[in-house]
Amino acid sequence: MSTAPIEFPPPVDSAKEFVGAPTDPEDERIEVGVVIVGGGPAGLACAIRLTQLLAEDEALMESLGEVPVAVVEKGKGPGSHLLSGAMMNPSAMRKLFPGLDESEWPTYGPVPRDAVYLLPNSKRAIPLKPTPPPFRNHGNHVTSVAQLGRWLSDQAEEGGVYILGETAATKLLVEDGQVVGVRSGDKGRGRDGQELSNFEPGSDLIAKATVLAEGTQGHLTGAAIRHFDLGSEDPQQWELGVKEVWEVEKPLDRVIHTMAWPLRYGAKYQEFGGSFIYPMGEDRVSMGLVCGLDYRDATFSVHDALQELKTHPLVAEIIEGGKRIGWGAKTIPSGGYWAQPRRMWAPGLVIAGDGAGMVNIPTLKGVHYAMHAGMFAAEAIVERLKAGETGVADLSSYQAKVDNSEIEKDIRRSRNMRQPFSKGFLVGGAIANMMEISGGRFPGGRWKTHDDATIDVFIGDRDKDYPKPDGKTTFDKLSSVFASGNATRDDAPNHIRIQERVPLEIALMWQNMCPAAVYEVPEDELEAARADGNGKLDGKHEVKLQITPSNCVQCGAITAKGGRLTPPEGGDGPNYQVT
Amino acid sequence: MSILVYALHYEGEFNKNSLGAVSEGAKLAKELGGDAAAVVVGGDDLTDELCGTLGKYGVAKVYRVKGPEGLAQPVVDAMAKVISDNGFKYALFGGGLLGFEIGAGLTARLDAGVTMEVTAVRAQDGKLVAERPILQDSQVVDVGYVGEPGIIIGRLNAFDAVESGDGAAAVEDVDVAFEDHSTKATMVQRGEQRGADVNIEDADVLVAGGRGLGNAEGFELCESLADALGGAVAATRAVVDAGWYPYAAQIGQTGKTVAPKLYVAAGISGAIQHKVGMQSSENIVAINKDPNAPIFEFSDLGIVGDLNKIMPKLTEAVKAKKG
Amino acid sequence: MKICVLVKEVPDAAVEKRMDPASKRLDRSGETTLNQFDTHAIEAAMQIREGGAVDVDEIVAVTMAPSEAGRTLNKAVALGADRSVHLTDDALAGSDVCATGYALARVLESEAPDLVLLGQQSADGECYTIGAVVADHLKMPSLTQVIKLDVEDGKLRCERQAEYGYDTVSVELPAVISVGDAINEPRYPSLKAIMGAKKKPRDVKSPGDVGIEPGRVGQEGSRTEVLAVNAPPEKAAGEIIEDEDTNETVERIVAWLEERKLLA
Repeated sequence: MSTAPIEFPPPVDSAKEFVGAPTDPEDERIEVGVVIVGGGPAGLACAIRLTQLLAEDEALMESLGEVPVAVVEKGKGPGSHLLSGAMMNPSAMRKLFPGLDESEWPTYGPVPRDAVYLLPNSKRAIPLKPTPPPFRNHGNHVTSVAQLGRWLSDQAEEGGVYILGETAATKLLVEDGQVVGVRSGDKGRGRDGQELSNFEPGSDLIAKATVLAEGTQGHLTGAAIRHFDLGSEDPQQWELGVKEVWEVEKPLDRVIHTMAWPLRYGAKYQEFGGSFIYPMGEDRVSMGLVCGLDYRDATFSVHDALQELKTHPLVAEIIEGGKRIGWGAKTIPSGGYWAQPRRMWAPGLVIAGDGAGMVNIPTLKGVHYAMHAGMFAAEAIVERLKAGETGVADLSSYQAKVDNSEIEKDIRRSRNMRQPFSKGFLVGGAIANMMEISGGRFPGGRWKTHDDATIDVFIGDRDKDYPKPDGKTTFDKLSSVFASGNATRDDAPNHIRIQERVPLEIALMWQNMCPAAVYEVPEDELEAARADGNGKLDGKHEVKLQITPSNCVQCGAITAKGGRLTPPEGGDGPNYQVT
Repeated sequence: MSILVYALHYEGEFNKNSLGAVSEGAKLAKELGGDAAAVVVGGDDLTDELCGTLGKYGVAKVYRVKGPEGLAQPVVDAMAKVISDNGFKYALFGGGLLGFEIGAGLTARLDAGVTMEVTAVRAQDGKLVAERPILQDSQVVDVGYVGEPGIIIGRLNAFDAVESGDGAAAVEDVDVAFEDHSTKATMVQRGEQRGADVNIEDADVLVAGGRGLGNAEGFELCESLADALGGAVAATRAVVDAGWYPYAAQIGQTGKTVAPKLYVAAGISGAIQHKVGMQSSENIVAINKDPNAPIFEFSDLGIVGDLNKIMPKLTEAVKAKKG
Repeated sequence: MKICVLVKEVPDAAVEKRMDPASKRLDRSGETTLNQFDTHAIEAAMQIREGGAVDVDEIVAVTMAPSEAGRTLNKAVALGADRSVHLTDDALAGSDVCATGYALARVLESEAPDLVLLGQQSADGECYTIGAVVADHLKMPSLTQVIKLDVEDGKLRCERQAEYGYDTVSVELPAVISVGDAINEPRYPSLKAIMGAKKKPRDVKSPGDVGIEPGRVGQEGSRTEVLAVNAPPEKAAGEIIEDEDTNETVERIVAWLEERKLLA
């Protein structure tokens, strides 16, 4: 009997709960020109581009009222919830800031060398030469998106954008089939949702046009896709990335990617992914492990496998004598071209960035696509606003711009590259190579994606290999949560929709999957499961999960695997500085 | 004269904090080759006899000023006068609410340097250097003074009361004309005890319970031990979350930060979110059945064992020892 | 009544902090936020206004901070201040408690408030009770650790928390009151208030504008100097006892406690 998380759906109906008409009395609604949900690369590029265009059209700017452009950001501020590798393609920054010298960018510049290693085990590293094409990063800038977000936010504010931090957008406002804005989240509720003494209800933010730039597992994005039926028949797939930033003694002189160990590529385990190690200037290094969430062993933990990776001589040498100064986790949409929404717009609405699946997984690129899409969104919105009041009911020009751009050309090219890996590394690798060489044309066709929550899990023994945290090189999850800057109040309402009574297999999978130790199978439940299985853990034994939502760093993994992350109170969660 | 120490009296006694400050002042004055004196402000309960007892802690002289009790600003006026009249180089306080308020007021009045939350003081090249911890006690800063006088406000109970074996101190009455603003606050009721809410931040001893207690009833073990040790009970986030103990007792990143003389951690793993709230405790004793619990890496005394067996016996033994 | 609330920008508590080895002071270049304790002070001001016992004409947020502290003042305004005053100048950098208290007193004097409210301490641990420093300069009565504040017949009735119990004190206005975090639960600003904050008036003042003598502020004017920043004294490695004979274990624990005078 198989057990997949999809058999235990979370108690949520997103289209019903998160989409609706404005409810505040008309004179209490807040009116803005354009509202952008998400202060990330896509959202901020959109905001900045809007102010550039509005600066050239005073009449249009006036018509947008006191607050022409507002960015709603659920973290403390833009950057707090941003995390990526990242090797950023510079094209979008050049387009958005044509007069700005690249040395003024908040990035670490290009790196002259790159290297790819195949790690067959915990000791050896086989360099792959020449560097396989997807890993070539010539000319790309090492970037911390947390720093980039803060810098873009400053630029946006200088241009007159209202940056509304600590504000979650919890509901999409739709009237007569058109998106008219978003509703901000309540503040001051207790653990059971009750109103505390300082309760402050959210507000209806009414806008002429709404841009959803929420990033991975966007809350309103999911609701909008369901409500307006924008989705592809191919479900989106997800990878979980866990990363750390280290202060190091020896400068790293190359961009490194590794494959295989500690991931197990065989079809039994299906741990598809790899690691990256990027130099951030002379004295810092960004490193992370990325793995598809369609893995099968319930005891697999990306967080702990990353700790294990650090014991490999290749990596240990780089961080020797160093100090961990940052940690974080986030999911990445990896379904590629086929899994993207069929349509990325609806009346009054556009979707840009990771939320629209604009990620090229083989090359691990998404930041510049997000920014390009944000700029297209700004351009399309301005064009349609100029076309008259009802202009924004039709934002298909946004879709056209995206389809005709690098974004879709690149993503379409690698459209079938991720799927074959479900056949295992060697077969998958061979197929992927053929695709690469043929520019995506061979073997062609449409390789179906699968929903990560449909994967059966089993209880393996992967956890026997995780290193015991020493607090210097390797860390436990709670220390990592601390390092993310997360200090969410303990009585915050539970923002995670999930079934709390599930078979042990599923519960353990969630416990190990979550990089922030939100889900735990209590000791006594484990004991009972062991008793049931005559000394061995009985995977089908039902257990009650213990949930600590205040640990959550909002990576989105749970949404991919049978639960649903909804936005917590604005300001909660991590406060990433250098991720 | 080198050092003037403020001594707070309450209900006919000088508190431990003040006696510690007086002892410290006397010790430091000796190292500077000078003298220390104490200053007290209050009403008729400041008898010659009571004031004289400060001599036991090393000061030969006590300046006594008649004034309202429990208010800082009259003491600022008093100390400012005594310091300028006698050329004291340093004013020393043992922390506590009044210590901070008076020290801060003097800073303004005398245009002086002040260091707060001092944990140690040393004499160096004929001057005093104050040490204070910062960044959640992860580092210690050495602070020196530019000009005179220098004001040192210790962390509560940072200084130990040490009897120097000297005789009674001489008492000198000082007449102080209070500033206008010093008379604008009037004490209506002083020192009201509000039994139920024990402020764990002020406790000298804390017995904290974590998930290892097993259930809410486990806190009875903590309460008995705390009682025997003369302390209060605290809790971790996990058990407060589970409803086993109230939030007011929570220690940690999202709870309170404490630095008692003794912190007993029962059934607590020692995750960093908890550690940051209690790591400055002077003595940390941990009881946990898991030998790998992180708390053993920073406890002063760690006991690997079953707290259900250990705590009741420990409570009895402590009671017996204290008699 | 005019209320001035002193607010401070501090490094964000959850973000790892470091000392700047060059200046030997806290590295304040990273993420900052409004001092948590000051939010209680703003809330106290709002409650006095909303309480109706007295007419509050104005609540002014006042800060002494580097020029980039705008966001912190916006937050203070979003929480209820009507306008803000930002005292800033490079010459103020490096001011110790003495210098800071003096500078704040000067800028407050220029505002002539009836009541000054501020948080008990700053979350960066740099200073406790700066309210008492400021009050002495302003020649106003001052109380700290106030956890209940009521306006009665033009006077303040305060309850404050001391280590020996609770005091009730009556204070005449004008006064400086430092509030403890137990005094209230600060409200969350509404979205409207957050957006409106940008538009509220802000006076940027330089030391010269408020009569601050240059020699009394900054590194030059400070009366303390940081001589060194050290790691804390090495804690001796802890002892571990594996409990086998509980009676024996308990004896050892008691002996250990006695040795350290913890059973007094």
